[in-house]
Amino acid sequence: MASTDRSSPMSWQRTGLSRSIDQGFVWLTGAFAIGVGVVLLAIALRVGSDAMPAIQKFGLGFLVTSRWSVNDEVFGALTQIYGTIVTSLIALLIAVPIGIGVALFLSEDYLPPRIQQPIVFLIELLAAIPSVVYGLWGIFVLIPILRPIGIWLNANFGWFPPFSVAPAGPGIYAAGIILSIMILPIIAAISRDALVAVPSELRQAAYGLGATRWETIFQVILPAAFSGIVGGIMLALGRAMGETMAVTMVIGNTDTIRSASILSQGSTVASLLANQFAEASGLQVASLMYAALILFGLTLVVNVLAELIVRRFSLKL
Amino acid sequence: MVFSLNATRLGISAPVLALALGLASCAPQTTTTPGASPAAPGASPAATSAGGAVSISGAGATAPNPLYQRWFQEYNKLNPNVQISYDSVGSGAGVKRFTDQTVDFGASDATLKEEDRAKLPAERGKAIQVPSTGLFVVFAYNLDGVDNLKLSRETFCGIVDGSIKTWNDAKIAKDNAGVALPGDAITFVHRSDGSGTTDIFTKHIVKACPNWKAGDGKTVEWPTGTGAKGNEGVSAQIQQTKGAIGYTEFSYAKQTNLKMATLQNKAGEFITPTPEAAAKALEGTTVPEDFGLKVPDPEGKDAYPIVSLTWVLMYENPKDPAKAKAFSDFMRWALKDGKPFAVELGYIPLPDELATKVSATLDTIKVAANK
Repeated sequence: MASTDRSSPMSWQRTGLSRSIDQGFVWLTGAFAIGVGVVLLAIALRVGSDAMPAIQKFGLGFLVTSRWSVNDEVFGALTQIYGTIVTSLIALLIAVPIGIGVALFLSEDYLPPRIQQPIVFLIELLAAIPSVVYGLWGIFVLIPILRPIGIWLNANFGWFPPFSVAPAGPGIYAAGIILSIMILPIIAAISRDALVAVPSELRQAAYGLGATRWETIFQVILPAAFSGIVGGIMLALGRAMGETMAVTMVIGNTDTIRSASILSQGSTVASLLANQFAEASGLQVASLMYAALILFGLTLVVNVLAELIVRRFSLKL
Repeated sequence: MVFSLNATRLGISAPVLALALGLASCAPQTTTTPGASPAAPGASPAATSAGGAVSISGAGATAPNPLYQRWFQEYNKLNPNVQISYDSVGSGAGVKRFTDQTVDFGASDATLKEEDRAKLPAERGKAIQVPSTGLFVVFAYNLDGVDNLKLSRETFCGIVDGSIKTWNDAKIAKDNAGVALPGDAITFVHRSDGSGTTDIFTKHIVKACPNWKAGDGKTVEWPTGTGAKGNEGVSAQIQQTKGAIGYTEFSYAKQTNLKMATLQNKAGEFITPTPEAAAKALEGTTVPEDFGLKVPDPEGKDAYPIVSLTWVLMYENPKDPAKAKAFSDFMRWALKDGKPFAVELGYIPLPDELATKVSATLDTIKVAANK
């Protein structure tokens, strides 16, 4: 059967043109893939070389000092690094449980597909809202709602360091919550895809062994989809760390860490760049580049950690 | 047989796909070439038929942007041949584009530094820096039941450096006898982006406040408060927060209907922020040759204290003399007939004496030299 097919001139004797088109297509896609890597390296190199004056002057001290003085040309990005990490952590803390919950609900058969599909679509639409709209919504809707809650938290739990300062409106907490809403659709959509992709044999086997639905979800489906879910969370974390506009509008933009409270104002690396780049000159530009390089580094560390987590914990299939 | 059919389809589909991709990538080229060829001959006569039409581009300071846009629009109504476009990219970027010669004129809230002047190539001659209008910075605030807040120098210094923390502080109460002040916390709102407005504001604070340590400039280390991006960011923040006070351009505060504080000037008088009071700050001053007039702390008894000029930058030996001539004509118009628009939008028209000097300087631009 197979040999007769191969001998058929119609199907298997390809012309030289068709071969070279195939080959060309492979090269083209290869070039695209390599191109992305080259662009990333080129950006990193350029940012690194522009940051050199600041790296030479401040060294690693840049990472642990928090003074950002344009007048005295003394720069340290601790405030911004701290702000970036804390806002991203708040965002993950809120968005990961909700996002995975949403993904579970929408991947199981709780709803008829006619209702389920539109909900999936709406959640994905959340990712399409421009960040400046999130920022405006943060200033005009979210902060007026959150501020009284923050004042209440400060009045009643002021002894707890994260609530030790009464909020003035914008602050790290507001940035974290805005970010959590922004990254929620990423986590929900990618986690749902991962959960849907779990082979139905696994589920049937679990049921066949007498597992309840709880056990099936938490001991079979979730572990099987683990690497996809972690991938989604890391993509979301990347977005949270790099988000600029919305954060700049709601974080309060201070250049020093005034207290350990999440209710006080702060700043992130991305918001610092957005604020100061346009009017910067000299060593200030180099320092901003250095800060950008650190953001690069943070993202790299996060991705490596994610890879390690996936390798360590993912279910071997 | 079914299998062989499938194989045939597979064998064909890959090249077809590649071909389709190839066609798709060719498509824009094939469509643009015939599309462009009729358009190109169509475009060039249109450009020439407009005759003396000039299109001038500039970039720089954001603070005077509303006024500039209005001026360009009004001037274009009178002279349809002259199209002026302006990018409000910020003073620093404006100066950079001016020295890089990527614009026909620049604009800046700060005067040119020597190093910037040195960057301009000799063939362009020296940089001509003339003021276009004056602007002033106000304290806008959001406080229920207090419509005419008065702030002495000592008080606003305390608010800015964070030593006065609540609205019922004894110093504020002393300035505003008889006014019921709430016990709300003060939220000071400042600019978070590098800004000419911050530069003007901090230059006054340096003079007025003996305890101020952060110096002056477009970005300073604020000891207190919340940062917001842009004049509009500051206005929004003040509007949204009870007990907030911040500095912003008068024109923006006026647009957003924010309440503005009456400030004490150097002579000890309390002055309500109005364009007339701000214009008094420019009176009786001697203007240096480069028009780099600074009034960080005006002496006049009736002068509003936080006032500055904003400048337009031009080349002595312009690349395109026709454009430079058109722009000089516009500047003369703006300084004379453009005054009502400045007043309307909340800027300070230049005093006549200063406008005459600017006009004389515009004459030194070699508008016909290269022809």
